[in-house]
Amino acid sequence: MTHSVQELSERALAVRRDVVRMLGLARSGLLASSLSIVDILVWLYWGVLDVRPGEPEWEGRDRFVLGKGHGCPALYSVLANRGFFPREELWSYRRLGAMLQTYPEVRRTPGIDAPGGSLGQGLGVANGLALALRSSDPAPSVVCLVGDGELQEGAMWESALTAAHHGLDSLTLIVDRNGRQMEGATEDIKSLEPVADKFIAFGWTVAECDGHDFSSLRSGYGELAGAVGRPRCLIARTKLGKGISFLEEDPSGGRMVLDRNSTDRALEELAGEEDGQ
Amino acid sequence: MIAAERRPRDAYGQALLSAARMGKPVVAVDGDSASATRASLFAVEYPDRCINVGISEQDMILTASGLALAGKNVYVSSYGSFLVGRGYEQIRSMVAIPGLPVKIVGSHCGVSAGEDGASYQMLEDLALMRVLPNMTVLVPADYTSALALLTGAADATNPVYIRLGRTAVPDVYDDGDDDFAPGAGRVLREGDDVTICCCGIMVSEALRAAAVLAKQNIRAEVIDCYSVSPLPARVILNSVHRTGCCVAAEEHFARGGLGEAVAALTASFYPVPMKQVAVFDKFGQSGTFEELRGYYGLTASQIVGAAVQVLTMRRR
Repeated sequence: MTHSVQELSERALAVRRDVVRMLGLARSGLLASSLSIVDILVWLYWGVLDVRPGEPEWEGRDRFVLGKGHGCPALYSVLANRGFFPREELWSYRRLGAMLQTYPEVRRTPGIDAPGGSLGQGLGVANGLALALRSSDPAPSVVCLVGDGELQEGAMWESALTAAHHGLDSLTLIVDRNGRQMEGATEDIKSLEPVADKFIAFGWTVAECDGHDFSSLRSGYGELAGAVGRPRCLIARTKLGKGISFLEEDPSGGRMVLDRNSTDRALEELAGEEDGQ
Repeated sequence: MIAAERRPRDAYGQALLSAARMGKPVVAVDGDSASATRASLFAVEYPDRCINVGISEQDMILTASGLALAGKNVYVSSYGSFLVGRGYEQIRSMVAIPGLPVKIVGSHCGVSAGEDGASYQMLEDLALMRVLPNMTVLVPADYTSALALLTGAADATNPVYIRLGRTAVPDVYDDGDDDFAPGAGRVLREGDDVTICCCGIMVSEALRAAAVLAKQNIRAEVIDCYSVSPLPARVILNSVHRTGCCVAAEEHFARGGLGEAVAALTASFYPVPMKQVAVFDKFGQSGTFEELRGYYGLTASQIVGAAVQVLTMRRR
């Protein structure tokens, strides 16, 4: 399935608008963390992952694990727009009894392949999925998307060793390298650089790309295709709050709760971009 | 007569083999402990179905979760202290909350870890696991019940924790007995004077205690509460209705284990005087299994003493 960059951009814009509305309605939640992964998710779900929205439990599907559970609104919007469930569900996100819990829940939401919410655990679960599925023919791909801050979790590196030791080349780890965590810049709090060298030293094949540029994502992913017998890591440079100027500019924006005014401002900006295309 | 002694943990590899031979997609995950947990027996026949993730308990649980999500019948085993202790948050988030039927098998639990000392002697695993919703918690008393519970767990649709010790313990059940199920208990000796709820190594101690009590004309009812969660509530309540008093015995901290579970049950439905035989507010230490059992009071004579005390407290 190949979609033009134009089509993907339009989808990403629609997802950003959904996410702003979802968090505006919920009156809480981390908006900026969702916005940094929108383009990655759109590219995955409209260009990479082999899934069947009408048959979400299809055994041959590629699996997706969201490590950074706080980016879940973006995933929910992508799944809804991809046809896994009606978009109306988005508007009750975070509410009591809603199908869309704050963090991903298996068996509750169609299209969710793995539970999430606790940082540093997605990769280990993705390893388990890849180990279980590697004898299938063809072996489904397993993609795990993590935030850069959760690379500070120890379990992440246990799992990084496991993936390399077992040569899990059906596994791709995407790092949302937005450079920020709750209290500031990752490099000020607990330095992560050089991220690529760390994964290379752990036995991974690594590529880097611009996580907001579909051509760059595609070519970065393409570079990894030759990694036989090694797990793949794509470091996607991103911007927290991407798409909304006042969130991109304000470093503490990740924690901001949207009030009605800022929701309207954000939606205006996203509508503006749409008009400009 | 001295009963034969076997190690319940030897049942682990055997149970995996049985479940796999029944056609279940069994996968065993371990953390560099297969020879200690006896997963190695399974590995000989199914080498492709054994995954050793090295010394990394967090990753063990996460890997098990992923395998279960892909439809595998997953058993994960290591030393109880580290599997439950270090892996607890992973167990909670990635197994218990999503309700995946992963079988978590803690070996070397209780003071049976002996000379290995306090860090290895897991005395709080039942407390930690029992509080998790939908987690079945099983504590077999001997080899036969361990084999049956471990094999039967392959049919579970929810997470299961199974506690095993290190040492050999006297056989309680006949070979081939497989009448064990989550939520059930076994009345091993009937009596109308005092109820003894017990699990694990304390079952054979309770039977010895009951024999001593019988000589004093005190008829004890011994219930193997191998299913610590869910508790065999009906069996226990039916017994305390008749006896009016209860002793709970376990190789675990007095806090949070079988004793408190039984106390909560009886307090809600039929309050009776009760005493616990357990480890009170002390960590373990190095020593032989026998020495430690004596020091921490995990013996038949302690059960006898507790039974006599609750008898005097009961009102009938």
